[in-house]
Amino acid sequence: MGLIRFLALRLGKGILVLFAIAVLNFLLVRAAPGDPAQVMAGEAGAADAVFLEQLRERFGLDRPLPEQLWVYIKGYSTLDLGFSYRQQRPVAEVIFERLPATLLLTGAAFGLSLVLGVVLGALAARRVGRASDSAITVAALIFYATPLFWIALMSQVVFSLKLGWLPNVGYETIGANLTGAARALDIGRHLVLPAVTLGLFFTALYARMMRASMLEVAGADFVKTAHAKGLSPAVVTRRHMARNAILPVVTLAGVQAGQLVGGAVLTETVFAWPGIGRLMYEALVQRDYSVLLGVFFISSAMVILFNLVTDLLYRVVDPRIEGGA
Amino acid sequence: MADAVLEIRNLTLALPAQADRPHAVSGIDLTIGAGETLCIVGESGSGKSMCAHAVMGLLPKGVRPESGEIRLGGRDLLKLGPAALRDVRGREVGMIFQEPMTSLNPLMRVADQIAETFEAHGLLSRAERLERAVTLLDEVGLPDPARIARAYPHELSGGQRQRVMIAAALALGPKLLIADEPTTALDVTTQAQILRLIDRLRHDHGTAVLFITHDFGVVAEIADRIAVLQQGLLVEEGAADAVLSAPRHDYTRRLLAAVPSLVPPRRPERAAGAPALAVQAVTKVYKPRGFLVKGRGVKAVDSVSFDIARGETLGLVGESGSGKSTVGRCCLRLVEPDEGTVRVGELAVTGLSVRALRPHRRRIQMVFQDPFASLNPRRKVGRIIAEGPIAQGVPRAKAEERARDLLSLVGLSAGAAERYPHEFSGGQRQRIGIARALALDPEVLVADEAVSALDVSVQAQILELLKDVQGKLGLAILFITHDLRVAAQICDRIAVMQRGAIVEMGPTEALFANPAHDYTRQLLAAVPGGRRLASIPAP
Repeated sequence: MGLIRFLALRLGKGILVLFAIAVLNFLLVRAAPGDPAQVMAGEAGAADAVFLEQLRERFGLDRPLPEQLWVYIKGYSTLDLGFSYRQQRPVAEVIFERLPATLLLTGAAFGLSLVLGVVLGALAARRVGRASDSAITVAALIFYATPLFWIALMSQVVFSLKLGWLPNVGYETIGANLTGAARALDIGRHLVLPAVTLGLFFTALYARMMRASMLEVAGADFVKTAHAKGLSPAVVTRRHMARNAILPVVTLAGVQAGQLVGGAVLTETVFAWPGIGRLMYEALVQRDYSVLLGVFFISSAMVILFNLVTDLLYRVVDPRIEGGA
Repeated sequence: MADAVLEIRNLTLALPAQADRPHAVSGIDLTIGAGETLCIVGESGSGKSMCAHAVMGLLPKGVRPESGEIRLGGRDLLKLGPAALRDVRGREVGMIFQEPMTSLNPLMRVADQIAETFEAHGLLSRAERLERAVTLLDEVGLPDPARIARAYPHELSGGQRQRVMIAAALALGPKLLIADEPTTALDVTTQAQILRLIDRLRHDHGTAVLFITHDFGVVAEIADRIAVLQQGLLVEEGAADAVLSAPRHDYTRRLLAAVPSLVPPRRPERAAGAPALAVQAVTKVYKPRGFLVKGRGVKAVDSVSFDIARGETLGLVGESGSGKSTVGRCCLRLVEPDEGTVRVGELAVTGLSVRALRPHRRRIQMVFQDPFASLNPRRKVGRIIAEGPIAQGVPRAKAEERARDLLSLVGLSAGAAERYPHEFSGGQRQRIGIARALALDPEVLVADEAVSALDVSVQAQILELLKDVQGKLGLAILFITHDLRVAAQICDRIAVMQRGAIVEMGPTEALFANPAHDYTRQLLAAVPGGRRLASIPAP
């Protein structure tokens, strides 16, 4: 099947799925008790019925549900994510303001876990049965099993409060007014703890998978063939074993990549990282429907997009796959 | 021999402590001269592959040389360090393996995999290596070598891949080529081509060939000299003609006697009766699946028809991809035929719903090829055999008692019921597989390559067992096989399949004596050792 046809089919399917997700999200959010008018009225301290009705009318919440759904879908089909009455700004603006911080965090975690996981896994497989293999396997199991928020809190306690090596929370030092390289370094120092925390789980997962996969490939016939050609063990490991062993890791990396936007809620909350995850959490507490739906939508779109990217990548790394849509 | 390329002197290989015997091989002496082909023959577990791997210095973990020497060009390979040994591999000794499907790296282009042999020894520039790769592909007889050089392994057939392996192994003009069962996984016609290729290359280049095989047909085809291994001991060695026509050792004689003859035995005329299995115009097309995807599909089975009477065995022979296994599966409706009818006795199996078919499933049963994969490893043997009858409503105690009876019918002790499949050898497992099929009192048995994975001596026993059981129970057997020797011995009639269709069908004796179809003649001509082994009388 040609690449163009494959892409067209997959994009078409993706749009259908996105539409279904958008409708589902809308209904799901409305199923929760309370609405933005109640929350705002509560904060204003004046919760009389007339004021509530006024708020609802302003937000269009007094309309029947199907009509609200129609307005929402119509807006999304023109890529208009709506307006946040809470923040008095367009939803797209609110989201895109937060996006860089999240992508920086999740991207760093993604790169870190992929590189570290693959290297550690391959290393453990080469030294199978020895002390270094056991050390890597046990560490991977521990980080695989430990809850993310606990690692986050403990790393704050140890590296920030006790040792004072790294800043505790936030994106950059507030009020420092740094520019250029100094600012980048400052953000980098703030990035270390949340990125490592977020990346550890997938590092452990990749390491375990890479190790198992390397050991499986080690017994493959083509590895025997490679040795019989007189290739050095290093070349056999790199060219023949690692390249084949990494295929299942690519699949998993696609799953992690899908979470680049929406997968850091916990970490962002604990480290007060001003990203999408925290935005989502705040919007949920405030019943800011339009922002919440916008975040959901962007996250879902990213999952679909990265699934497609993974499949395309698979066609590159494995010539046997022609990719059924 | 004056110009010996390889000399193995008193070689003993020690197995790890938990193995079933202390030595993989002990006290082996072998010599191969330039341009000579030495076949090491033996059954599984004889240690023949270990010898080959010892020469390459690629013994599995835990197996180590205990004593002896392996001299190649004046040096003892067992005394070389890892780097020196690496230099010998590929440059002085080339090796090809059994499984062409998995012996090439699936992610690398063919040319790169051949060029790698040069690269490993620091020879030539990158452009020259790729150029040589194309020349080599041409030399091993691949059509359009420039195109194949750019292909990935999955785009090639098994025979083509094996040619690529040979090209890579011979790239540096090694003095010795080790071939470990290189044609076992191939179809007969492809096998014949590969054997001719290996034979031509060793004539052209004066390469010594160490050929490992379990198949006496192949031995007869290619060997100059033969070494027979039994349980790690060299029991007989000599010139091919001498060993094949006048074997001195008992074990060699037994092995040769177990090779099924290509001459079918005389069979009594059968009285025509109502067919136990009637297959009428069965067709199966595999269509590409998927959302919004349309395609023409592949006709795996194309309007196949045949009958089998009670007590009769019909052989369905053909090469891989001919559709013979799909026919077998259609008979049981393990695969849903698209058109045609299958009748077991008077019952049209194809007309029934899956639910309505279930109580009738017992009437037709299957014995599978792989005795290792076809039994659930976590169930006791007695339970495996009794499971079918219990599902059909037989009380458990009665079914388990019957399972023990069946085990003795297939030549195992009743105590076997309490053990797990991994405690049995391949041949014993196949007996269990037959007992499992018989537990349901079937009228028809479909045996899909049921003896193909077994050593010849075990093969002979299982064939004997099938005949015996058939005689006692009057079973109709559909015997699917790629092995014409086996078919000659067990089948009353044979149907030859090619590309999904039956091209010829007739009584075994007549078909072997006067094949009418071209393809049948090709198949018969390709059977290894046809003429050379035909002189050996059947046991």
